[in-house]
Amino acid sequence: MTEPTAPLEQHGPPPALEMRGITKRYPGVLANDGIDLQVHPGEIHALLGENGAGKTTLMNILYGLATPDAGQILLDGEPVSISSPSDAIRRGISMVHQHFMLVPVLSVADNILLGEEPMAGPVFLDRRSAYGRLRDLATFFGWEIDLDAPVGTLSVGWQQRVEILKAVYRNAQILVLDEPTAVLTPQETREIFTMLRRLTTEGYSIIFISHKLYEVLEIANRITVIRRGRVVGERLPSQTDEEDLAQLMVGREVQLTVDRGTSHPGEPRLVVDDLYARDDRGHEVVHGVSLEVRAGEVLGIAGVAGNGQDELVEALVGLRRPSAGRVQLDGHDVTGAGPRDLHQRGMAFVPADRHRFGLVLSYPLTDNLVLTDYFRPPYARGIMRDEDAIRVQAGKAVEQYDIRTPSVDVAAATLSGGNQQKVIVARELDRDLRLLVLDQPTRGLDVGSIEFIHRQAIAKRDAGTAILLVSAELDEVLELSDRIGVMYRGRLVALMDARSATREAVGLLMATGGSQPQKTDTGAA
Amino acid sequence: MNLRRTLSLVTIPLLAIVLALIVGAVVIIASSPLVSGHLDLVLPLRAYAALVSGAFGTVNGLIQTIVSASPLILAGLAVSIGFKAGLFNIGAQGQFLVGAVAAAAVGAGLAHAPAPVAIGVSILAALVAGAVYGFIPGFLKAFTGAHEVVTTIMLNYIAIQFVAYLITGPLRATGATFARSPSVGAAELPVLIGRNGHLGILFALVAVPIAWWLLYRTTIGFEVRTVGANPDAARYAGMSPRWIVIATMTVCGLLAGLAGAGEILGITGYMPAGYSTNVGFDGITVALLGRANPIGILFGGLLLGAMRAGSNLMQIQAGVPVQMIDVLQGVILFFLAAELVVRYVFRVRAARAQVTELQTVSRSYGQQTTP
Repeated sequence: MTEPTAPLEQHGPPPALEMRGITKRYPGVLANDGIDLQVHPGEIHALLGENGAGKTTLMNILYGLATPDAGQILLDGEPVSISSPSDAIRRGISMVHQHFMLVPVLSVADNILLGEEPMAGPVFLDRRSAYGRLRDLATFFGWEIDLDAPVGTLSVGWQQRVEILKAVYRNAQILVLDEPTAVLTPQETREIFTMLRRLTTEGYSIIFISHKLYEVLEIANRITVIRRGRVVGERLPSQTDEEDLAQLMVGREVQLTVDRGTSHPGEPRLVVDDLYARDDRGHEVVHGVSLEVRAGEVLGIAGVAGNGQDELVEALVGLRRPSAGRVQLDGHDVTGAGPRDLHQRGMAFVPADRHRFGLVLSYPLTDNLVLTDYFRPPYARGIMRDEDAIRVQAGKAVEQYDIRTPSVDVAAATLSGGNQQKVIVARELDRDLRLLVLDQPTRGLDVGSIEFIHRQAIAKRDAGTAILLVSAELDEVLELSDRIGVMYRGRLVALMDARSATREAVGLLMATGGSQPQKTDTGAA
Repeated sequence: MNLRRTLSLVTIPLLAIVLALIVGAVVIIASSPLVSGHLDLVLPLRAYAALVSGAFGTVNGLIQTIVSASPLILAGLAVSIGFKAGLFNIGAQGQFLVGAVAAAAVGAGLAHAPAPVAIGVSILAALVAGAVYGFIPGFLKAFTGAHEVVTTIMLNYIAIQFVAYLITGPLRATGATFARSPSVGAAELPVLIGRNGHLGILFALVAVPIAWWLLYRTTIGFEVRTVGANPDAARYAGMSPRWIVIATMTVCGLLAGLAGAGEILGITGYMPAGYSTNVGFDGITVALLGRANPIGILFGGLLLGAMRAGSNLMQIQAGVPVQMIDVLQGVILFFLAAELVVRYVFRVRAARAQVTELQTVSRSYGQQTTP
């Protein structure tokens, strides 16, 4: 099953891209071990693999960011060596990164032209011809887009399209999309998929990297699965299903949906009453949210990123002062209480942005594992830190939460995303909790880590902890929650029992807030 | 593991010193006709040999090295503890000056008191003055967001003018031939070793291990380092970045003020009007040389101290003026800041991790972090 097709396809046209026997060794890791990959013209080729499986390394090699120790890259049958990203772009390879590389204050057109400005003479920009081409491209995709709108005013879905447009504008023939749907709603995802299919009819080849198995099955023409630096399987979507792919990726059978059993909700733990909060620029972005989370239940809040969830969560965990309203934990008024106070009252918080809030990346695991407990026994007596106690705890956490690391002394930055998240989960969940706030707890993680974290959450629920789950990942909310709320433009527009919630209904609420469907396909927001 | 990490930390500073010596040699050769009458290719060797023997060749030279190093070490700590909290304390010079003038003023007032009282109270005055002068930018940063680079630079000017006013006005010694404060008399620090190895050198030698212990073995140091490494995570962890910024700047000022006390009470015995040392600014070089680590600061301070101590012999034996030391120091600072140049010249591929202090420096220009 590993490479049965290669010899058979010799007589067709050469693949648009062929990577042969790519091997890359980093100190201590064999990141790529003889990887073969063929991408044909007009094909959407999905690359699946857990974090750390070697996808990124392979794509970095393709994009000229890393040099392979062995192996060959062929474009249209011609062997090439790609020395830098600009070299890759010149050869028609373009990369759309997971984190958008757009300048928010520049217009759509300027973002696309940036770095490849069309010149009229040595000094002046030739905007006219560039605009002409951009309009043609937009028409090709059937878009109405305002080329002069600042990118920062566009929705995330549109920003993603601008990124792809940028690649196409630069005459890319091979597009690498790194988790392009990670931050999109189901509706936006569908629009991107339409765009990608349109591109393939024009002969573009697309390498599609994603963790979402059902998306891969929907969009890809072919799927290559990588595990620990090796190709472990190649599949056609028609021949496989999610379970099969997950098993290939992880190397063992994976339960894709956690068996969440029945919940036994108890007394209300967290009571939020008419809460208002402002963002960093002083705009009110949470408008009168009221909710209640009971012991032993998961309340999931769905919503497209940027609808006030971040500020709501920050206001609840003590990182942001609410502008009005009341928050009660276990009957005590904790409105405006600080993180440490809440921590001591039995609240734990797994933040969405683990690099910003959850970890100090330059610190070793030992320090990160006691980041919220460093000041109290046994980790400190008075102001004296107890290094031994900290190490003992770190060793225990690494073992118990299956954190894959060479030692507890390496910097958190060197761990994969899944293992970094396990560090946070180990720290926050490893005690008796009254309330657990999970903000996008599995963003960017692979299926194995997602399974692990979901199980931990359900175990906490069953132990009687009240859980507030906030996620832009609709599937996650549907899977874990006992009750589901939807945030739209700072308001909680719906609150329903999870058993009566469907993907479509919640998706629609996320996109429209429950009023009649709005037109969403204008460029400027 | 630990040895490897240490090695990778000291590589760049050591190579920066080597490069600086090479650049210095070129400067010495280029200007050698003024000394030898012709292009003298061995003059750099003679100059450097004299420098080394001046600094380390005799017991008195060695003591002089330590004496010169002491204020640099304290100022280096004042800058590097700021680095640890993500602060670029350019104000060590001002904090040093107010510490010095406080010691001079109180010392002069207690010139006839019993020595232990005079010394103790003068030093205390310097500590308080420096601490207050560090507290101000810390407070402004924490509660108004005013950037410490801007405020400390401005406070440096205020300190210079304030000292000039005091020495030429209310503090001026009557009967002195030039504007200076009265002698500190009984507050003068006793000489412990050699010709001028005064008590002040102990301040630096004691401050180094205390700073190290505080930074790496206590929860206070953990908070300071966390705020420097990731202020958002610090807030998340229940720390108060505001108070930590204020406390850190206050301690920085205190250390720089102590350096000022050592210089006045241990060396000059009074405060002259045009008191022109650059101890506070040299502290930045020392902090970068020492990678913002107290142990590194000790060596960085000793190196710069040795160059100061040996420079006289260099001028006498090789005819190379003492100002050559400033050239060397400037070039060292240049290469420390332009770390990439050093990496390129020596093809160093070591990890770029842990150069957080440079990030603090470059972040000071428009809040950008180096990649």
